[in-house]
Amino acid sequence: MNIDKKIVDDLVANDVSFVTTVPCKQLAGVIDEVEAREGIFHIPSNKEDEGMGLCAGAHMGGKRPAIIMQNTAIGVTINTLATLTQFYRMPLPMIISYRGELREPVACQVEMAVHTKALLAQLNIPTYHFHWQKDVEEFDNILKYTFMCNKPVAILTDANFWGGYGDQ
Amino acid sequence: MIRSEILREIAPILRDQLVVCNIGLPSQELHMIDDNAKNFYMLGTMGLSSSIGLGLALSQPKTVISIDGDGSVLTNLGTLPTIANNVADNYILMIIDNGSYGSTGDQPTYAGKKTKLEKVAEACGCENVVVCQDVDTGKVLQAAIDSKKMTVIVVKCDSGNIKLPVITLDPVVIKHRFMEAVKA
Repeated sequence: MNIDKKIVDDLVANDVSFVTTVPCKQLAGVIDEVEAREGIFHIPSNKEDEGMGLCAGAHMGGKRPAIIMQNTAIGVTINTLATLTQFYRMPLPMIISYRGELREPVACQVEMAVHTKALLAQLNIPTYHFHWQKDVEEFDNILKYTFMCNKPVAILTDANFWGGYGDQ
Repeated sequence: MIRSEILREIAPILRDQLVVCNIGLPSQELHMIDDNAKNFYMLGTMGLSSSIGLGLALSQPKTVISIDGDGSVLTNLGTLPTIANNVADNYILMIIDNGSYGSTGDQPTYAGKKTKLEKVAEACGCENVVVCQDVDTGKVLQAAIDSKKMTVIVVKCDSGNIKLPVITLDPVVIKHRFMEAVKA
């Protein structure tokens, strides 16, 4: 199974047509797929809170948005999630690379990984953790859930899910 | 002129457009001067007026005006390259540049010192950047709307605020009526 293609297929099947991204090595394949796919407007952001602003506008313009980012972004977007996305009841699937989990080669990534789920829980953000490739089968239902309840929803995807870092 | 005087003067132009208005006093002033469903008031999240407006402009055909401030643009400076590289000809970013953080007590911004936001916007790749004085705002804004070209307007004006109440509308109500106006 090509996970990148499956994730973007599910986005398209759920009418997600406006996707903003902040780069990540693990998510590079998904970002390429988003860029290549007709029917999705891909707009890279310089920072994740900026991306959430773009998604808020797209939502009010009648499009279904999504954001692709690293878990470090939770540290910089808490205010935006609380005072924009949640306060105005906006749906936002957040496809997040969960750096600093099992098979992570970079120690500093662990420093935000240990806070990620606690911060999401504190914000009452529904959170799903993809650790095995088969976990991606839930993605379609998660998207439907997100647009049903008009909330930001986090999908954490760790290195094991992506197949690790090769020989590192 | 101070910002509230500019908003009062351009209210008849804004009334026909979708407006995303910056947090704090700008939204409170616009709400007091001409509250209507086409106004999206930001009640939080400093810096994102330009991003919300761009996302909206890219997602539907109606003209969108983001009213921003120099301090808020400095907070989210990464917005300017994103705007420049994703041209939406139904989008106008109007930066009311009074050189101060008005909502928090008129502390000076760097835009009121050495930094020129119009030059930053141009360096980021924005193609239609117009600088104007407060008294010319209406004329310049109408020209930008009529041009149907994405435009960044930097309005130079005095700092200063008027006393007025906070917005008590529920955010979901603000969003709902705004989305209905977008669809209408």
